[in-house]
Amino acid sequence: MFAYHLISRSLKRLCEFRELGGDRLHPVFITILQRLGLGLLTLFLVSIIIFSSIAFLPGDFGEQVLGQNALPETVAAFRRELGLDQPAWWRYIQWVTAVLQGDFGTSFSGRASSGANEARTVVELIGPRLWNTLFLAGMTAIIAVPLSLFLGITAALKRNSFYDRSVNAVTLTTISFPEFFLAYLLIVFLAGFFPTLSTVNDNTEFGERVYKIALPALTMTLVIVAHMMRMTRASIINLLASPYVEMAQLKGVSRSKVILKHVLPNAWAPIATVIAFNLAYLVVGVVVVEVVFVYPGIGQLMVDSVSARDIPVAQACALIFAATYIILNLLADVIGIVTNPRLLHPR
Amino acid sequence: MNEEKTYSAAGEVGQVRVRRSRWERIRIELKKAPVSAWFGMIVIAIYAFVAIFAQFLAPFGEAQIFPKADLPWAMLGGETQHFFGTDQIGRDTLSRMIFGAQNTIGIALTTTVLSFLIGGSLGLIAAINQSWLDQLLSRGVDVIMSIPSLIFALMLLSIFGSSIPTLIFIIAALDSTRVFRLTRSVAINVVVMDYVEAARLRGEGLGWVMRREILPNILPPLVAEFGLRFSFVFLIIAALSFLGLGIQPPTADWGSMVRDGSRFIQFVAYDWTLALPSLLPAGAVALLTVAVNFVVDWFLHKTSGLRDEH
Amino acid sequence: MSTNTEQRGEKGDILLDMRDVRIDGFSDERWHEIIKGVDLTLKRGEVLGLIGESGAGKSTLGKAAMGYAQPGCKIKSGSIMFDGIDLMAATEAEKRELWGSRIAYVAQSAAASFNPAHRLLDQTIEATVGHNVSSEEDARKDAVELYDSLSLPHPNSIGERYPHQVSGGQLQRVMTAMAMSPRPDLIIFDEPTTALDVTTQVEVLLAMREIVERFNTAAIYITHDLAVVAQMADRIKVLRYGEEVEDATTESMLSAPKEDYTKSLWSVRALEKSESPSDDIVLDIKNIDAAYARSVKVLKDVSIKVPRGRTVSIVGESGSGKSTTARVLTGLLPPEAGTIKFNGEVLPAELKNRSKDQLRRIQMIYQMADTAMNPKQTVGEIIGRPLDFYHELSGADRDKRVSELLDLIELDDSFIDRLPSELSGGQKQRICIARALAAEPEVIICDEVTSALDQIVQEGILKLLLRLQKELGITYLFITHDIAVVSAISDEIVVMFQGEVVEQGLKSQILQPPYPDYTQLLLSSVPEMDPNWLDKFVEARD
Repeated sequence: MFAYHLISRSLKRLCEFRELGGDRLHPVFITILQRLGLGLLTLFLVSIIIFSSIAFLPGDFGEQVLGQNALPETVAAFRRELGLDQPAWWRYIQWVTAVLQGDFGTSFSGRASSGANEARTVVELIGPRLWNTLFLAGMTAIIAVPLSLFLGITAALKRNSFYDRSVNAVTLTTISFPEFFLAYLLIVFLAGFFPTLSTVNDNTEFGERVYKIALPALTMTLVIVAHMMRMTRASIINLLASPYVEMAQLKGVSRSKVILKHVLPNAWAPIATVIAFNLAYLVVGVVVVEVVFVYPGIGQLMVDSVSARDIPVAQACALIFAATYIILNLLADVIGIVTNPRLLHPR
Repeated sequence: MNEEKTYSAAGEVGQVRVRRSRWERIRIELKKAPVSAWFGMIVIAIYAFVAIFAQFLAPFGEAQIFPKADLPWAMLGGETQHFFGTDQIGRDTLSRMIFGAQNTIGIALTTTVLSFLIGGSLGLIAAINQSWLDQLLSRGVDVIMSIPSLIFALMLLSIFGSSIPTLIFIIAALDSTRVFRLTRSVAINVVVMDYVEAARLRGEGLGWVMRREILPNILPPLVAEFGLRFSFVFLIIAALSFLGLGIQPPTADWGSMVRDGSRFIQFVAYDWTLALPSLLPAGAVALLTVAVNFVVDWFLHKTSGLRDEH
Repeated sequence: MSTNTEQRGEKGDILLDMRDVRIDGFSDERWHEIIKGVDLTLKRGEVLGLIGESGAGKSTLGKAAMGYAQPGCKIKSGSIMFDGIDLMAATEAEKRELWGSRIAYVAQSAAASFNPAHRLLDQTIEATVGHNVSSEEDARKDAVELYDSLSLPHPNSIGERYPHQVSGGQLQRVMTAMAMSPRPDLIIFDEPTTALDVTTQVEVLLAMREIVERFNTAAIYITHDLAVVAQMADRIKVLRYGEEVEDATTESMLSAPKEDYTKSLWSVRALEKSESPSDDIVLDIKNIDAAYARSVKVLKDVSIKVPRGRTVSIVGESGSGKSTTARVLTGLLPPEAGTIKFNGEVLPAELKNRSKDQLRRIQMIYQMADTAMNPKQTVGEIIGRPLDFYHELSGADRDKRVSELLDLIELDDSFIDRLPSELSGGQKQRICIARALAAEPEVIICDEVTSALDQIVQEGILKLLLRLQKELGITYLFITHDIAVVSAISDEIVVMFQGEVVEQGLKSQILQPPYPDYTQLLLSSVPEMDPNWLDKFVEARD
């Protein structure tokens, strides 16, 4: 944790150093560098957490994977392959170097007590599924982001109107629903129009793909729109309550100009945060929805690997999810920094 | 100039609020509560009743198996005594719903309480300490929170395996990070208050300051957060069970009932009642979280002092 | 400028006429009447001072003069006529036409009222250009002239800056320029100098008065400070609890106030304590250096001697280190160098090393009584805790002592079960005093104890403190920026500036010339109740 301070301090040092050279870095740049440094550090710590979880594996794990009647030599070979006979830091370095080169190891499944090894590499397993998940999440985002921004901003502007109240009540209800409940409700009502199982493969064409993921995408949209609309509404209301907005009103600036000139320039940071938060949420929400609709995405893969205790696959999935999460939040931070007038125009 | 005429301390009325006892205040608030809050409170009361008295309310045992499988509504045809039918191995759905209430709510409640004990006390300590310990805890929480909880839980479950105690502990530990953040941020606002400084200047010990000066003042947001955390934990446990990684059979629980019911799902287009085995427990989960959210929403509106009126 | 006041009407015509205005505010879940039928008239070119305590409704009334109901309020009834236009009947669009062109508003917090995303110049001319009062080019040129006449530094370039790049006093002047830019008929000044230090306040007041006079603009000047309003206003209206108390020209209001309440607003100036020197030193602060968390030093070689049973006042502006001195004394901020002797013994620097008895002997009273009391504890618990903690009193003994203490601060037993939220501002500060007294201290540090209180309540608290000193022989260390309070209650005065002691001595010495430069500036910047004070200040300065 102290590394956080270390990084930001050394960055500051670096900047001071540049200053001495007469080449002064813009504070925005410095802050972004700091943020990126922190993001990298977080990713590094997360990878340690994910990696070190393997150290908590029970001692008889080899037998569990390979079966009760596995030969002792096979188990020993398996343990050696996992590197359980080497110090943890060494294993970590090996793992990270491999991961950085795109090698997430080999799946546990497909091994047998005989020692036969037909396991596939994790990358082979994840690759096509990751693409499927991104397709589903992307489709959802394309509908959900503009829709919820529109609903959130209009609800904030028409605060306490019938429109606002009804949108509010509906979204409060929707965010309390578990994803699978929404999914089944949609199935009951729309099963006649869309397929209830989203079975796609590499050869499925684009149009058919979209048709097949209609229900899962709709389920996710409902969840995300509810969250995102409420957050957008809250941050816009917060902005509308600031004294400079009242001042603008008292200067006789028209309502649309107040929004465009006084609210919007200050709204990028909160809106970016809202979008990032919800896209991150989308990535996680995908797990349950994929299982409901039997969609071959990375979420379902993770669930399967966890039930099968296929640790390398589970680790790789967790790392991908966490990295997406961190990068999205980082992006929101950077947008917040770039649009902050206090940082853009330092004293 | 007559001083006494213009000023006396006791007679200084100002705009002093009327004094009311705690119960009177609660009664007045309840009277003014909106329909949604009332709905929420009634639903929560019914759930609590069912969960507590599950043993007496359920017509059959939790794992009692009947030889003949029945579909929902079959009783209307007079063929069976199972109102919602039975599941694939012949257990009475209604009874499992009732026991499920006890198990699911009980586990979620235990988890939430545990996460508040961990997160709340650490948050309070961090807020008071505000030096290296605070830094350590806060940064640690930042890192843990940068992994989505469901994903983190899934990963930990892959390591530790799924049993009820592991489940409770893992979810509580992950959720306590959020409790920690809230407690810390609320408590930091209270810690800087002059009355806390006054207590320290008086020479009061840390325990007294925490218990008597800080805790009573951070309680309202924490109570609201408890409701929100409970519904979150409840949802995540239901989701894990639905994924087959949470509460394991034969313990009845709503998430795994949804999963069990989903075997009919591809036929729903032909007969919608086939969705009921999934929809019923899923609806039970949804209704409770909606109810909790309604009550919390009202409570937050009451205590935050936020006035939406314009 | 394309328009001027002459074209719109003669000086002396009625510009604004408000009749029986009633405004409701929403609090505690219901609507309360907060302005209870007030009349207000304003002639062209006239400056009306609107004064009253907090909660008197002056700001609400000021905004209502624009036809604007602030959030959480609604104008219930009455008539508001602005130059023949009925603002009660006007639509939002019609009112927007007036706002920012013929009526302008200057807010209390300039820092929060400027949009952080735009340059000052763009915000200054926004309304002027938006209402087509003048072309953008003319407005820019005019704004620079306004900046210059408001004595802003670098008038040509300051407009290119962003709000967070200039100081509070400068922002307040830019806001005045912004209000003046369209040459309005009426400007509402809503406590424009309250957040500023006295020496800054004087400059801003001068600038505002000069410019209002020059363009012959009518103004409503809202403040709680009578001395300030006396400099600015031709006429003063006193509000209390949403009702008018008195309305008269500034001269007659100051020389012959009619209502008891108005008279009482002056009375703190009447409070006098004759100083008495003493050599019996109870608290001896020697060569203290202090800093917050390795940053710049906030105290440099501070030495103060506090005689027993006397009042020593530390005066200075924000940033002078007067509050830091209190933190060092209480042990909250251990000094980097120097010692504190209490009754001849060295006091441990850190709070945790001090004995319970040492803690008991030095008590503290805070500026904000609101935050100094735990809102969840009753008065009985608040006063009772030190009795229990220091004197191990409990049960009936404790209850008896609590009511004795309540009696001492002129409150009765009925207060024992009350929560702080059920007390008024003055009562709260009294309870804080009682809590300090419960410890039976020798020294009480009073940190701006009266500055959050209304004038009339201040006086009651000061009297109480003086009486307690006489009866119990307590020593006060009084930290304040309010010179009027200082001259009322001190024996000795310490003047601080930027972390250093400028002067220490008996009140008569400090408040008499010759002064060191800073003391001179500080004392002369404090507005006096004389309407000509600002003119004299300028004369003396030049």
